[in-house]
Amino acid sequence: MNVDKVLDAKGLACPMPIVKTRKEMKDMNSGQVLEIQATDKGASADLTAWAKSGGHELLEEQMDGDVLKFWIKKG
Amino acid sequence: MSATAMTAAQVARKIMDNQPLFILDVRNGDAFADWKIEGGNIQYLNIPYFDLLDGVEEVIDQLPKDRDILVVCAKEGSSIMVADMLAEEGVETAYLSGGMKAWSEHLEPVKVGDLKDGGELYQFVRIGKGCLSYMAISGGEAAIIDATRMTDVFLNFAQEKGATIKHVFDSHLHADHISGGRHLAEATGATYYLPPADAKGVTFEYEALESGFEAGIGSSKVEALYTPGHTIGSTSFIVDDQYLMTGDILFIDSIGRPDLAGLAEDWVGDLRESLYQRYQALTDQLTVLPAHFMIMDELNEDGSVAKKLGELFKENHGLNIEDEQEFRDMVTKNLPPQPNAYEDIRKTNMGQITPEDEMQREMEIGPNRCAVR
Repeated sequence: MNVDKVLDAKGLACPMPIVKTRKEMKDMNSGQVLEIQATDKGASADLTAWAKSGGHELLEEQMDGDVLKFWIKKG
Repeated sequence: MSATAMTAAQVARKIMDNQPLFILDVRNGDAFADWKIEGGNIQYLNIPYFDLLDGVEEVIDQLPKDRDILVVCAKEGSSIMVADMLAEEGVETAYLSGGMKAWSEHLEPVKVGDLKDGGELYQFVRIGKGCLSYMAISGGEAAIIDATRMTDVFLNFAQEKGATIKHVFDSHLHADHISGGRHLAEATGATYYLPPADAKGVTFEYEALESGFEAGIGSSKVEALYTPGHTIGSTSFIVDDQYLMTGDILFIDSIGRPDLAGLAEDWVGDLRESLYQRYQALTDQLTVLPAHFMIMDELNEDGSVAKKLGELFKENHGLNIEDEQEFRDMVTKNLPPQPNAYEDIRKTNMGQITPEDEMQREMEIGPNRCAVR
């Protein structure tokens, strides 16, 4: 996958993974892909809901050991 | 001005006293729809925290001025953020300390009755998840039934009462919550009993709980009565010929579902026999004490969940279905969704897996969903 930027949100508790994701997304262009790495289990449902409400596309979600990885395409 | 914390215990008290409360739940919509703080006098607003990052001005108009406002999220972080933002705008709120996780774990002890010679019977109401545990105390000894995994609560309570925990029972192998029974027994030297028919895959030592078994504590006795149907081993308890602990077979306003161990079709006949014959043969005067409640309407005014067996035979729909096929259809078709992580919870209760504490919390998120109504 073509990743334009990687956000390390590992070890951060809710709401920080979303707060940081949102901030990164603001600086990106429509169509670009952000990879997010998080360890907070709540991030999965929240990023999915957030991406949907913001018009972004959650391309993929993976579990790599304890780390959750998400790829979101800016809408 | 900054936001103040409200503990799960304080919220539970408010709800049991039927005080007005406004809940601003900032979890995502699915989580809110699935499971929330319930109560008779609660108003709700659900707006995910991530829709409030630019400001809370638009919410303020929707908040009441005449009742306390509680901001709630999963673990507390987002609710503190939102409550602080509201405080900056001059709106006073509290946030739920520890979030829905703390809510799920809170146990409220409620006395349900006196036993002979000064003994007492307590119900531990897990108000956030609808689980009910019991402690009978007599002559400095205690028996515990269907303990949740928050074992410190039971240990401290017994200590306050000056009682030694002698017997720890599980009415069946639970699928909705992680049992504290085995750990309580390990911590106190008490005997841990499980119905053998539910314990096929169990990896630890336990005492087989057979129908007719009697355990004494002080001047009181706990008797086991085999009542299968929710699981094949499900066992009820009768304390001093006054109280009937029905486990997950009979609730106040519903009955047990037979499918959580995967065998609805096989066990529906057992469930019917337990409800319509074995319980029918008991005296109407027994006070029924179930292992769960599903809706707040099932709580009595003092916060307890208890009703006479005779009243349940009159009022509980699940005890009043004459047609066998209709009963069969009701408990095997159109069942509600199964409890969160119920297969892993069963494995944990069998000792086959040992998830870390944080994982156990996650597994138990959500309502218990053990009933069919």
